[in-house]
This record gives sequence, C-alpha cells and structure tokens, in this order.
Amino acid sequence: MTGLLTRRRFAQAMVALAAIGSTPLRALARNKEAFEAKMPDEALKALFGDKPMEATDAFEFKVPEIAEDGSIVPVTISTDMPGVKSISLLVDANPNPLSARFNFMPGAVTEFKTRIKMGESSDVRAVIETDDKLYVSTKNVKVTLGGCGG
Amino acid sequence: MEIKPPKIRGRLKGDTASVKCLMPHPMETGVRKDLDGNPIPAHYIETVTCTHNGEVFMTADWGPSVSKDPYLGFEVKGAKGGDVIAVSWTDNLGNSSSGELTLKGKK
Repeated sequence: MTGLLTRRRFAQAMVALAAIGSTPLRALARNKEAFEAKMPDEALKALFGDKPMEATDAFEFKVPEIAEDGSIVPVTISTDMPGVKSISLLVDANPNPLSARFNFMPGAVTEFKTRIKMGESSDVRAVIETDDKLYVSTKNVKVTLGGCGG
Repeated sequence: MEIKPPKIRGRLKGDTASVKCLMPHPMETGVRKDLDGNPIPAHYIETVTCTHNGEVFMTADWGPSVSKDPYLGFEVKGAKGGDVIAVSWTDNLGNSSSGELTLKGKK
C-alpha cells in the first residue's frame, strides 16, 4: 500500500517537474557561448542549433539607414506573427555580434524598442524564433562615428 | 558606484499599455581603455525581467553592446488600470535593481 502511494507521489512530482520544464521563460538560462561568439553564424548556431532559417520581410524591423552616433542606434521591432518565442539582435561587425535576445510569453508583446552600440557600419539582423522555424530580417546601417572606441 | 533604479513610464490605450523604461547603467564593454591606457573592466546588464501583475511576460539577455543607460520600450497586451508592470535587471557583477509602475486608467 505504501509502495503504491509513493509511486503516485512520484508520478505527481514528475508531472509538476514537467510543468516547470515547459514554462518557457524561467527555464531559459543566458546562453553564454552565444554571447561570446566572435562570428554571427557561430552565435546563431549556439542559440538555435540547426533550426531552419528563412529570410523574410513579414515583420517590421526598423533601424536608421545612417547612424550618426554608433553608441546609440535605435532599433524597433514589431510583429504580429503567431507563436513568437524570442527575438535576437545581431550586429555582424561587432566584436561579439550577438547584442540582445528577448524571450516572450507567446503573444504577450508585439512591439519593442531598444538601443544598441555599433563599432562600425554593418549588417544588423533580427531573428525571430517560432516553434518550428527562424525568420531573419537583415538591414544595413552606416555608422558615421563608431560606438565602441569611446 | 551607486546605480539608480530603472525609471518606468507608461500609458494605457484600450487594453494595450505602452511602457517605456530607462535603466541607468554604465554598460561597459570591457574593450575600452582609460586615459592611462588601462583597460576598463566590463560592467553590463546581463538579464532583464519584465512582469505584469507578478507574471513574467518578457525576459531579455543582453551583451555589452546594448547602449549605455539602456532604453527599453514595449507594449503589453491585455492590460487594465491598476495593473502593475515591473522591470528588474541583474548585471555581470551581481548587482541588481528594479522599478515598477501602476497603470492609470479604467479598471
């Protein structure tokens, strides 16, 4: 009898554990390897493995064409794509290309803005992660004054 | 060094809250040098957590290439008057800070 009870307890504990595991936000630790990567492709691989990636214009990704001050480059991303799990920002020419990664409860946020630093003119990529695919939008930003030299 | 807590402002439009948050922080990259040529150690916000009435809806992992005194603007769906939006951060030296906002408007 007691054996049965513990087995049930055990099963309950496993269900509880599974529930914690599927909570998408708290479970994610900061991906150190991706942030330390020197090349954009390395960073993407560390973040997403071999998930298929598709170039798209289906979401809005706003950066200035010419940034006078590379230390404050405004970025706006807005999307109404369903099931967006995360959005990552990469600056190809920065020493560590991965700048930021935002994780969302699906459907909670449709637009956000932030500001990033750029050492020199470069492509900037926004990568949207959904359950089964990655969508990437690339924009080129010309920087008049670099933001990393101080 | 004293770092001030994040400042949060926001307003409701229908059931969507547009929130703006400014987090005072040096965001040192670790590659800059001071006037004597000594490297300035990296000091930057690593993780940001945003909650709506205590429930996490967005987290962010940042590298040092997010601008100094980071700005974060976002829209929260399904918000109403009296709801609390909070933003907290932790940096690479283990400091942390947080700020919150109670939305004004129809409950």
